[in-house]
Amino acid sequence: MQPNVISLVSIGRHPQSGRARRSEQDGRALELGLKLSGSHLQVAHAGAYDSTFSGSAEETVLRQYAGMGLKQMTVLKQSSDADVIPSLSHYLESQSAQVVLLGVRAESGESSGMVPYLLAESLGWPIVSRVADIVSIENGEAEVLLALPRGQRRSVTVTLPFIATVDNAAPEPRQTAYGPGQRAQFNAVDTPEVLDELRINWVEAPAKPRPKRLKVIKAKTAAERFKAATAKAQGGSGKVMKNESAQEKAQAIFDLLIEEKVIR
Amino acid sequence: MIFDWLPSVLIAIVLMLAVVGAVRRISLWRAGQPSPVNIISGLMAMPKRYLHDLHHVVERDKYMSRTHVATGGGFVLAMFLVLCVHLFGVDSKLLAWALLASLVMMFTGAIFVFKRRRNPPSRLSKGPWMRLPKSLMTFAVTFFVLTLPAAGILPDGTGNVLLTLVLSALILVSLGEMLFGMTWGGPMKHAFAGALHLAFHRRQERFGGGRSTGLKPADLGVEVHGVSKPTDFKWNQLLGFDACVQCGRCEAMCPAFAAGQPLNPKKLIQDMVVGLAGGTDANYAGSHYPDPQGKGREPGSAKGSPTEVITAGLVDAETLWSCTTCRACVEECPMMIEHVDAIVDMRRFLTMEKGETPNKGAEVLDNIIATDNPNGYAPGSRTNWAADQNLNVMRDVKKAEVLFWVSDGAFDMRSQRILRSFVKLLKAANVDVAILGDEERDSGDVARRLGDDATFQNLAKRNLQTLSQYEFKTIVTTDPHAFHCLRNEYGDFGSDALDNVEVLHHTTYLNRLVQDGKLKLDTFKGGTVTYHDPCYLGRYNGEYEAPRELLRSMGIEVAEMERSGFRSRCCGGGGGAPITDIPGEKRIADMRVEDAKETQADLIAVGCQQCTAMLEGVVEPRPEIRDIAEILVDQLIEEVH
Repeated sequence: MQPNVISLVSIGRHPQSGRARRSEQDGRALELGLKLSGSHLQVAHAGAYDSTFSGSAEETVLRQYAGMGLKQMTVLKQSSDADVIPSLSHYLESQSAQVVLLGVRAESGESSGMVPYLLAESLGWPIVSRVADIVSIENGEAEVLLALPRGQRRSVTVTLPFIATVDNAAPEPRQTAYGPGQRAQFNAVDTPEVLDELRINWVEAPAKPRPKRLKVIKAKTAAERFKAATAKAQGGSGKVMKNESAQEKAQAIFDLLIEEKVIR
Repeated sequence: MIFDWLPSVLIAIVLMLAVVGAVRRISLWRAGQPSPVNIISGLMAMPKRYLHDLHHVVERDKYMSRTHVATGGGFVLAMFLVLCVHLFGVDSKLLAWALLASLVMMFTGAIFVFKRRRNPPSRLSKGPWMRLPKSLMTFAVTFFVLTLPAAGILPDGTGNVLLTLVLSALILVSLGEMLFGMTWGGPMKHAFAGALHLAFHRRQERFGGGRSTGLKPADLGVEVHGVSKPTDFKWNQLLGFDACVQCGRCEAMCPAFAAGQPLNPKKLIQDMVVGLAGGTDANYAGSHYPDPQGKGREPGSAKGSPTEVITAGLVDAETLWSCTTCRACVEECPMMIEHVDAIVDMRRFLTMEKGETPNKGAEVLDNIIATDNPNGYAPGSRTNWAADQNLNVMRDVKKAEVLFWVSDGAFDMRSQRILRSFVKLLKAANVDVAILGDEERDSGDVARRLGDDATFQNLAKRNLQTLSQYEFKTIVTTDPHAFHCLRNEYGDFGSDALDNVEVLHHTTYLNRLVQDGKLKLDTFKGGTVTYHDPCYLGRYNGEYEAPRELLRSMGIEVAEMERSGFRSRCCGGGGGAPITDIPGEKRIADMRVEDAKETQADLIAVGCQQCTAMLEGVVEPRPEIRDIAEILVDQLIEEVH
């Protein structure tokens, strides 16, 4: 049976120009969705859809997503200061979604990376984060490959329905084509709109560069320097605590935070 | 003669069949999209266009031009007189003698066609073309014998049944080739379609010494963007494909073909003919697309019809992406076929409808859309190269004599050396110059050649909007691609920003400064210098002389390469070819540097930053490569105040 897959997309932001674009990870979520269910894929975006929508940067970006081969796309009407979680979870439940794909974090807005977790919480579904691929979906279970550093993968199984965030290790989104993008239809849907009370009181300011830890080169030989330049942090000093008591585990985390000077 | 009436009946029958064929062929062309032409004035202008424009191209091969005049001229005259004498029975010794004379002329020409066909160069198609000289000779001999009684050389009624039957058979054979074949797809089709193509050419401006090189804008917001199937071409483009005489001059000039990339302009046009008429390429008898990786298909397996998608079985997408849009084929084509237009039309479909731009294409297009430059640099860093140049920015001064269009070379450190040299020269000549700074955007050249006309048109309109805010008399740019877009392609978007503005390449402008004595130059003493004509400066814009005059003004005697001027070989950097990067056996840039080495040059002078990048990418030892502005700046005599 064809699983009901929904990809969620947001308006991205180009790191150099600051211009709206197809978000890298959401594009991958769409690509993965197309791989899983082809033309049956549903794609939704929660955002503004009013008289200014036509010709806006948002429309251009949504048409770029649509240009990957979508006939239609759902827009959940939300004002810019709304909290999209209630709207999205209402929509996902009403569509009886089984697999929900979205990027790890948005490129614009709060960019907190919390949307997938809050959605999972509100729906009560499991979440798998940083997915590189979904290998198979059978008998109400999906075999999922999680992306780990340095090209490693971890295979996990998860029961439907679930939410998956798509890592940069997933296949790149296909090229967007102008013609199909222009012809795609938007289905605007009214969903509950809840004002984001917390956020409207926020004051936004340009970020200041954060201090960076100095990189002390300890390498003595060329081979060591090469390794330092190419290899990613291996960790290695960490330890796995499985059988200890909750008290001991908490203490270990607390000690680490003090050691790393996160708390004093 | 026994069957006196037989020849004229045969002529009439073949002529009728030919007319039926002509109507059928015309309906094939008319299946294309409408393209307005003036039918009457086109037909009126046709003879002059043949004698002047077409013959001008054929004349590059003297042997062939004389042969063609004798054969073709002889045939047209003879055919006309055959109709008078043998079909309508005009009884005139004068006409008969004139017919004999034109048949002799035709026969003489046919002998030379025959001679060339005995050992034909690889660029020529074989197959049915090999029998053409024999058909020509048969025609001449048959009607010569047939006309002897009418001319009074032989008495009327000479011959017997056998001779009459033999002559009738020969009439069928020769007229079958010359008339029936003309409209039913034989080699003589080139005369019929070629003549009409001259009359109804899509770029009428090309005739009479004009130039028309800017691509036509794609219609946006339509059902299908670009050309997916043969009937999506304009009808006169289809007519143009049918005009091909398979001489293979395009093949001999094509840099992609020479590099072993899977493109052969002649085969491409023949595939378009297969598409418009339906069928396979089984009867094609010329060289096929090079196939360096051995994954191409068998000859005969390319299938098409007017309503089938071209890239689904007729032509591989890689063939279309191999083109560097250098226009060498168009320049060389005696039938004035527009290969580059057709290729870009089909690329538009691949990019705007299928989203299948190969290799780095998608990334580059995304970058252009999001940052207005192909490499995705921050738009706000566009003017960083000029931090120490003390240049006026239009936003501040609003008005300047000269607007320097910097182009995307602003982001590339090698190209910045050209930009700095040019600025230094402008300052030495006290030119009132300003740049657009961060307001400038990519000209859209790459996006357009990659088939994304939506992005090109978007950039063009925004650039024109910016330009319209400021006042200047001249735009000068060091990038021939931007030069071409500004000069020839921005005019289609209904802006008056470039009205009364002269768009110049920097070599043209610098040459004016030198000729006006505003720049004092020392004599160059750096050994032998050759000059590489950039396609978008030379063939696209006809500027061959200014760069050479500039070099001469430094006392440089240019050691010309065998392929220079309008026959210059591309560097391989145009048309987005370095981005789509279709594999071949050789690199085009390597071949170009080989050309230069044959002149013993120590230095290749170039007038284009893309050419500079491509040629400098060739491994050493090779001649040094420098832009003309860089050479000039080293010879500049600066006045000390």
